[in-house]
Amino acid sequence: MSLTIDNVTKRFGTHTAVDQLSITIPEREIFGFLGANGAGKTTTFRMILGLLNPSDGEISWDGKRISYNVSDSIGYLPEERGLYPKLKVKEQLIYLGRLKGMTKQEVVNELQSWLKRFNVTEYENKKIEELSKGNQQKIQFIAAVLHKPKLLILDEPFSGLDPVNVELLKKAVVDLKEAGTSIVFASHRMEHVEELCQHLCIMHKGKPVVHGSLRDIKRSFGKKNVFIQGDFDMDFLTSIPGVVKCKKLSEGVELQIENEEVAKVIFNELQNKGFVRKFALEEPSLNDIFIEKVGASYE
Amino acid sequence: MNKFWIIVGHTYFNKVKTKSFIITTLLTILILFGLSNISTIIQAFEKDEEAKTFVVLDQTNTYFALFEDNVETLGNPFEIEKSTLSETELDEKVLEEEYDGMIIITKDQNDLPSATVKTLSMTDSQIFAQIEQVLQQTKQEIGRVQLGLDSSDLNVLFTPVEINKVALEDNAKTEEELNQARGLVYVLLFVIYFSVIFYASMIATEVATEKSSRVMEILISSVSPVKQMFAKLIGIGLLSLTQMFIILVFGYASIQSKIDELNTMTGGLLGFSDIPTSTFVYAGIYFILGYFLFATLAAFLGSLVSRIEDVQQLISPMIFIIVGAFMIAMFGLGNPETPFITISSYIPFFTPMIMFLRVGMLNIPFWEIALSIAILLLSITALAIFGARVYKGGVLIYGKSSSFKDLKRALMMSKDK
Repeated sequence: MSLTIDNVTKRFGTHTAVDQLSITIPEREIFGFLGANGAGKTTTFRMILGLLNPSDGEISWDGKRISYNVSDSIGYLPEERGLYPKLKVKEQLIYLGRLKGMTKQEVVNELQSWLKRFNVTEYENKKIEELSKGNQQKIQFIAAVLHKPKLLILDEPFSGLDPVNVELLKKAVVDLKEAGTSIVFASHRMEHVEELCQHLCIMHKGKPVVHGSLRDIKRSFGKKNVFIQGDFDMDFLTSIPGVVKCKKLSEGVELQIENEEVAKVIFNELQNKGFVRKFALEEPSLNDIFIEKVGASYE
Repeated sequence: MNKFWIIVGHTYFNKVKTKSFIITTLLTILILFGLSNISTIIQAFEKDEEAKTFVVLDQTNTYFALFEDNVETLGNPFEIEKSTLSETELDEKVLEEEYDGMIIITKDQNDLPSATVKTLSMTDSQIFAQIEQVLQQTKQEIGRVQLGLDSSDLNVLFTPVEINKVALEDNAKTEEELNQARGLVYVLLFVIYFSVIFYASMIATEVATEKSSRVMEILISSVSPVKQMFAKLIGIGLLSLTQMFIILVFGYASIQSKIDELNTMTGGLLGFSDIPTSTFVYAGIYFILGYFLFATLAAFLGSLVSRIEDVQQLISPMIFIIVGAFMIAMFGLGNPETPFITISSYIPFFTPMIMFLRVGMLNIPFWEIALSIAILLLSITALAIFGARVYKGGVLIYGKSSSFKDLKRALMMSKDK
C-alpha cells in the first residue's frame, strides 16, 4: 500500500501553504520530509490525516481517498507533544488505542512489550506530567505505533532524547519499516534523514524544491566537499577557481567545490606546501544541500 | 459509532472520579441539608442570646405600669427596669454598659405617649421595632380610654379586611398554588442557572485543556473533530444528569422530611403537594435543552482558545447572557404576565429559564410550550452545525492570544477548499 499525494495545493485565504505538491511514498520505506519552519510540512500532514481538505489535488492511500474510515491504519506523532498530563500512562494509551479500534486487552499486551523494549516498564502507572521529557517522548512514540499502523507519520520523533535513546527509537523505526509500514519522517536533523531515508523531499515556502532518492539528489547536486588537515596555513586555497565555500574547523578546513575536477587542482596546489595529514573528497552532506536550497538563513 | 461511545465513556468516567465533581456534589447536598434544617439552626443560636435590659425613665409618671403590662403581653422581648435617676446619670450607665439602653417616656401634644430610645448604637433594628410595638399598644390603650371605647369595639376596628380572591379561568392557579409554584420555580431556576454555567464552563475548559496539551492533535487523527465534540457534549451531559439526580433525590428527601417546619416558616412557599408533575417534567426538558444550547456554544468557544487561561475571557459573553436571562427570570417571578417576559421567553438563549418560569407560574396553552421547544431545538441544531465547523478549524489553530477574530480563522481552516 502506498501513499500518493497528487498535485496538492492548500490555500488559506490568499496565503498558499502548500503549492502543487506531488509525492509518492512506497510501502516498506521511510520517506524524508524536510523543510524549514513554516515550509508547509504540518499542513501537508494534516491533509494526509484528513484534518484539512486540499484546495486542489488528491491524496490517496492504497488508491482510496483518506477519510476516517482508514484512520485506524494511520499513526501520527505530532511535532508538538500531546498527551493528557494528568492521566496515567496505561489509562492514556488504553484510551488512545481504543480510539484506533483496539480492544483494551490488545492495548495492554502491546503496551507491555513496548514499555519493555524502551526500558520504561516502571512508568506504566505514572502520570505523564511526572515523566521526564525523554520518557514522555517514548510514550508519545508508543501512542503513535501501538495499533500497528500501515502508514506512520513521525514529526521530529527523536527530539529531546539522549543519543542512547535515539538509537533505541531509530531501531524501532527501522523495524517498523521492515515489518511493512510506510513511514513519513520529518526532521531537522539531517544526519538522521541521511541514515534512515531512501527518498526525500525538501519543502520551501510550500513548494517541493528537491525531490527524489537520496543518492540521485546528492549526485545531481554536483558540488562536493574536500576535507584537508595539514600543518600549514591554507587560506590561499580560497582563491582557487571553483572553490565555493571554505569552513575552518578545529583541525583543518572543509571546502565546498564546484565539481570533482577542482579537487584535483587543489590536490596539486598542496604539493610542497607542507605535511598533509589527511585529504578527503566527500559527497555533499544533506545539510549542505538543504542550506543551499532553502537558504543560508536557516541555521 | 463505537468510537463515539468510547469518548462519551472516557469523558464521563474521568469526570465522575474527579475531586471537584465529588466535592461540588457533597457540598450542594450539605447546603440543601442546611437549608431544610434552617429553623433548627437559627433556634440553636437564638437560645444563647440573653434578652436585653432597658432602663425606663417615665417623665409622665403615669404610663410605666401600662408600658410594663404591654411588654409582658408581647412575651417579654426585652426586660425593663424603672429608674428615678436623672437622664444624664442614666446616659453614663448606658455608656458603661450596665444597661443595654434607655427608654424615656414622654407625652406629646395630644397627651399620648411618645418616647426617646437611647442605645450605644443603632445596629439592632429588631429591638427598636419591638419597643415601637409595645409603645403603640400602650398608646392605643390610652387612646381607647380617652375616647371611651370598649376594647371589643377596638378589636372589631382593627381586624384586617377580608378579601376573597376568585380566578375565573378554569384551571387558573389559586393563591396558595401560585405561592408554591413561585417557590419551586425559583429553586429550579437557580438549579438551571448554576448548572448551565457550571457545565458549560466545564466543557469549554475540557476542550481547551485537550487543545493546550496538544493531545487534541492525536485525538482528531483518530476521530473526526465533530464526532469528538458531540461525544463530549453527551459525556458531560450525562455527568450533569448524574449530579442533578443525586442532588434532587437528597434535596427532595431532606426538604420533605422537614416540610411542616419549613411551611410554617415560609408560608407554604416550598410545598410540593399541589405542584403538578408537569412542572418537574418541563424543568427537566428545559434544563436539558438549555444545557445543549449553552454547551454547544461553550464547546466551540473552547476550541478557539490556545491556553487554558483564556477560557474565562472567551466564555464571559456567554456567562453574561445566562446571568441576564436569570435576572429577567427573577423579575418575571413577580410579574410573569408582562409582555416583556412573554417576548423574552421566545428568545433562544433566554427560553430555557424564562419559558420555564412562565410554564411553572402561568397556565399557558400547550402550543406556546411546543413552539418554544421547537425554537430551542432549531437553535441548538443551527448552533451545532455552525459550532462543529468552528470546532473543526478551531482545534487546529494555535496563537498567542485568543479572541473572536480566531472565529474567522477557524472557519477558514475548516473550509472544504
